[in-house]
Amino acid sequence: MTIQFNNETFRDDYSFKNSDRAIARFPFPFHEDSYMYSVNMEQHRGGPEGSVYEMRFDVDEHYVSEMQDRAIVLDQDPLRCQSLPHMTLAGWDLLELIMVSKSEDYPDLFELHRDGNTWRWINKPMGIDDTFTFMDESTLPYGPMEYITRQAQGDFAVLDQRDDMLWMDAGMVTTQADWSLDFDIGMNFFEWHAPVPKAHEMGIFKRALKFLLNVQQGAPARRLNWTMTVNPLLDTSPENYHKWGVQKTELTPENIGSKQHLRVELQTFFRLPRSNALVFPIRCYLIAFQDIVRTPKWGRRLHRVIRDLPEELATYKGFIDNRPMMLDYLGQFDDGLPTSPGVWPDKDTEPALHK
Amino acid sequence: MSIFKFPESITSRPVYGTLEPRKGPAHLMIADAEGAEAILDLAKQDAELVANAHIIYIPKGTGETFVEKLQALKPRQLHVSPSYEASLQRLRKVLEDAHMGLQVYLTGTEGLMGQAQNEAMAAGIPHTSIQQEHRGSIARRMQCVHCKGITEDVMTDPFVCSHCGLNLFVRDHYSRRLAAFQGVCIDAEDPGNVPESVELYK
Repeated sequence: MTIQFNNETFRDDYSFKNSDRAIARFPFPFHEDSYMYSVNMEQHRGGPEGSVYEMRFDVDEHYVSEMQDRAIVLDQDPLRCQSLPHMTLAGWDLLELIMVSKSEDYPDLFELHRDGNTWRWINKPMGIDDTFTFMDESTLPYGPMEYITRQAQGDFAVLDQRDDMLWMDAGMVTTQADWSLDFDIGMNFFEWHAPVPKAHEMGIFKRALKFLLNVQQGAPARRLNWTMTVNPLLDTSPENYHKWGVQKTELTPENIGSKQHLRVELQTFFRLPRSNALVFPIRCYLIAFQDIVRTPKWGRRLHRVIRDLPEELATYKGFIDNRPMMLDYLGQFDDGLPTSPGVWPDKDTEPALHK
Repeated sequence: MSIFKFPESITSRPVYGTLEPRKGPAHLMIADAEGAEAILDLAKQDAELVANAHIIYIPKGTGETFVEKLQALKPRQLHVSPSYEASLQRLRKVLEDAHMGLQVYLTGTEGLMGQAQNEAMAAGIPHTSIQQEHRGSIARRMQCVHCKGITEDVMTDPFVCSHCGLNLFVRDHYSRRLAAFQGVCIDAEDPGNVPESVELYK
């Protein structure tokens, strides 16, 4: 399988587009016609061929452009990538995990040649061919975490584990759903989730923490999360909120289909071998409303989920003001027919829109 | 009355206790403004402990109100400093010279306690040896998430960032590392529409 990498932007003129293939494999997050928080963890041991769940680190058509966007963000604000002093070993663990996984899962795109501690890493899509000494920071242009996450899609939170708790002690965060690594670094699991409404009272974080503390080497886990973003903007950071916030008010009934995006995070969790840290990649997938509704089941379901979502969650996810307009648009694609269980598009078995 | 009962909030927001005498070979007390009252209360419980203490006191707006009362406790060392910043080099030296078992007592405004706690933890003082009691002003030390500048003693919500001038609302989300709450632009989605400022907790 060869991937055609898009040349596109996630800012200014927003030339980002999903191909038919990307739309078909989009990680639609709703397995039923309603949504409430849950821990919803499952093992991350592959998935259907071609799906975003198949490989340990999914590489798709947006790879090269996303990495260019990340480089822009880091030039503007180097604080988006930080690692507390005790986290360097975890950075090497992460570098190894990503290099080994990508070279095994995409041998046509990535190569890793190891001769003792002398490693040669070839990243063909990005035109990188570097030889360095494993565990010797002076042989890389950046620290190990920054080096490898400048070449891997999605944000990365690297969590130290001590005192039966996870601590956000390092990260590369440029495609975040409105949280600040610079503010949250050093916090524990409950503290950095503090602003999330309802889930604390529901015991979600206690259960999630218990699960995550016990993730073992070689047995990664995954879950999905979602929110809404106007324009295909990856960098919805609090740092830049005073610049992008106003875009939320630019929706009209005419442009909502192309401008409003469902933003899905594929969150995975890997135990790292030397540091015993936990790495938490948060991979962001964007899809325009007009592309979701091409799948009849997804159109029906998204309308029902957004319609019935508790007000508190719609507020927290930042689309309470735009919800009526979203429902006017999505309602056109909901004919009231039942939907099949599960997240898959089921295009061959689900009926076409009866409207 | 210098005691304020904070309403329940999110899990990143610090909660404070009441200073109590603890056994230890040395005692370091750092207070600002009405924090002096917590030290006076502590002395009522254990005058000898306070007499053995090193007190760093920043009167802020209270001027001379508490200085003589603190002197009357006859602490081993009492350093009255015009500002926290001015006391910082001294504080660092004291922490650097400290021996195992030092007990740290922080009291006064949140900004003072948060910053002094950071210094103590950076010096390797275990958090179990640090006590905090809030007294006096409920003003907050705020970080602007946009320009990263710190605005001290914020009393109203929203407020104007003293560095970049954006109108920020006051969140309860708190970073121990920065010893600051987070301020976020309030009119990003409707520029110019800034609600009237109200005093915190009013």
